[in-house]
Amino acid sequence: MQPEATEEERFKNMTLEAYADTIVPGEKRFPEDRAVAGAAPGPGSVAAGALDLLNFDATGVTAGLPYLAQSLNDHAKSYAGEVELELDHDVPPFVALPYAHRRELVNRLTTPGHPEKDGWVSLALFCNMAFDSAAHLHTAEAIRNGHPGLLALGYTAPDADGFWRFPKYGYGRKLAEIHPDTTPSGSPA
Amino acid sequence: MTAIDQTDVVIVGSGFGGSIPAYHLAAGGAKVTVLERGPWLAADDFEHDYLLGSSYTRAFDFVVGDGMSVLGGNCVGGGSVVYFAAMPRAPRFVFERHGSIGRRMWPQAISRDSLEPWYDRVDESLPVSTQDWSDVSYAGGLWAAACNHSGRTANPAPVAVDNKTCVNCNFMMAGCKFDAKRSMLTNYLPAALAHGAQIRPLHEVQRLERTEDGGYRVYFDLIDEEDYRVHTGSGVIEAKVVIIAAGAGATPVILQRSEAALGTMPHGVGRYFSGNGERLNTAIIDEDRVREVLGLSREDGPVYSANHIGKGPTVANWDKLDGSLPEYERYSLEQLYFPPGLGTILAQAPGGEEPRWYGAEKKEILKQWANWLTIFLMTEDDNEGVFGTPPPTGNAYRISQQMLGRGPLRYDPTPNTRHGWALADADCKAIIEKDGLAKVSPWTNDVVGAYTVHPLASCRIGDDEATSALHPNHELRNHPGIFVTDSASVPGALTVNPAMTIAALAERSIPGIVRELQSRGVDVKYGAPSPDGSITGRRAVSKLDLVAGN
Repeated sequence: MQPEATEEERFKNMTLEAYADTIVPGEKRFPEDRAVAGAAPGPGSVAAGALDLLNFDATGVTAGLPYLAQSLNDHAKSYAGEVELELDHDVPPFVALPYAHRRELVNRLTTPGHPEKDGWVSLALFCNMAFDSAAHLHTAEAIRNGHPGLLALGYTAPDADGFWRFPKYGYGRKLAEIHPDTTPSGSPA
Repeated sequence: MTAIDQTDVVIVGSGFGGSIPAYHLAAGGAKVTVLERGPWLAADDFEHDYLLGSSYTRAFDFVVGDGMSVLGGNCVGGGSVVYFAAMPRAPRFVFERHGSIGRRMWPQAISRDSLEPWYDRVDESLPVSTQDWSDVSYAGGLWAAACNHSGRTANPAPVAVDNKTCVNCNFMMAGCKFDAKRSMLTNYLPAALAHGAQIRPLHEVQRLERTEDGGYRVYFDLIDEEDYRVHTGSGVIEAKVVIIAAGAGATPVILQRSEAALGTMPHGVGRYFSGNGERLNTAIIDEDRVREVLGLSREDGPVYSANHIGKGPTVANWDKLDGSLPEYERYSLEQLYFPPGLGTILAQAPGGEEPRWYGAEKKEILKQWANWLTIFLMTEDDNEGVFGTPPPTGNAYRISQQMLGRGPLRYDPTPNTRHGWALADADCKAIIEKDGLAKVSPWTNDVVGAYTVHPLASCRIGDDEATSALHPNHELRNHPGIFVTDSASVPGALTVNPAMTIAALAERSIPGIVRELQSRGVDVKYGAPSPDGSITGRRAVSKLDLVAGN
């Protein structure tokens, strides 16, 4: 492998991690973590496997990731110039943005009418899914292995056969009067 | 030269609009071929799994348009496999609506009264159950109690669910593992197969052409069973009559793409799309307040914390389904479960700075997900959706292997639609935030536009040729022998879940289709019983004057 390619790959991944961390932020994985801004307690999209999901070619966004990362960094450079922010050069420009500025830039890119909105929304969609549904993993297995997003949501484990059943499911009593114009079929009149 | 397959009827799509004619026409003696673009899945295939590639993504189609996104079914059984099985009949005033055209949009021949016998047929065939309070989930119960606390009524919704078999897993959107949900896979489709109908999955119809004898040639692509972006071949089949039931998001696209060969389509094709006025609100429930104010508690500890337990919608508020209210001010507020992955991203953190659909505040509400209560607003929109230039194949440019695509639908909500949404949002807020029970916020339209799980009216039925694509007998104007029997035919928003009305219209279309087949020399009869052999519904419709009324 070429050293340049490795560096390029590292920059791309850091950029995508920073995007995922803007959508569902988390705590830094290690003190010097730049991609994860540490804007929220507990693991976020990155720890939940955002990069694994984005690299799952079933999403349809995988082939576009290098372009999206490059484009995001270009936008970050322009944005930094506009708001007169000095960016560190040892990390990609989007990664160098503080969380509040990453958020502002993502807001602009996903606002209705932005010509690139579709691409940024797709990216956000999958970053969110890595956290809230672990779409790159079997759900039961992900819960068994402590997937941080599913656990944060409060997902319970399935029965031994991998299916969920809830024998207790309701309060079991009348809680309101039904509408006076309800027909015998249970429909509105 | 290879011989082209011949059949009496090609049916495009196998949801409510396709399965119902497939059964009746096959039972009546016609040779029926159903082309379904999705896979053929059954109870054994339905998983409880959010992994891309599981039944959850295989059975669905999520198409993002400009200002509107549409979630629909993509499998044998279509929308009936992925629906939540709420089956209310539409309220009486709906059929008198004027909508955007300034006069009654439904055909004079269709009213709640004239549709009742057809509703009865569906009711018997699925069958539909009237739920009582013991069937209601925690989420539905909480919604009912909140409505009651606000001096409102609340109704357990009629559902096509066998409550004895249902395990309240809330995975019914990915197909029912336990066959408790009465999808088309459990009634009309097996009955159609028993009468010799052929069902071909993974056949995506692209366009139609007329044959020399006035019939139709139907062109389809074969779709890879795992990666729907991949087309593995193509073919053609000829029929005397074609029924398009590809769903309101796809039916007009097939017709638009056929225009070059068939000639001009009626003005209504691909116009007047309605999202059934739908909108979702997410309430974040305060357990302590619910205990104190409503006196609710679960047997096993928590007061609520049961977003994931249950079976879709179980309780609806119908107080604003009042025909004396002005149009655009009538709506229902229904408790609904919405699984993570598809909808969670559109929920907004209540309060705070925009945007509220991502970021640290949003993550905080994700951590309270078990305490979410989702309220589904079905209002009266303005039929403002329009389909642009069709994509090369299917109804969208597919992005993901399954489920996600970009389609040509444009939807720019009018002030009427926004007015209805605002009233319903405010009413929902007044009920659920009263005495601090919850904090509520509507889903954002900024990410993927407005959002509907009940697309309607892209090819609507009506009396007026300027604004309806279909004659009152469900036949496409100026194109004899093509019928549309799915959600596309429903003229406008229904203010309630539409499956029951879609199915009733499909039932209503059958006598006319039978007559058209007879006139084309097919030996076919009308009058089959319900799929399980019941005949009460058949007796009810046999009293109708089917010729004049249809």
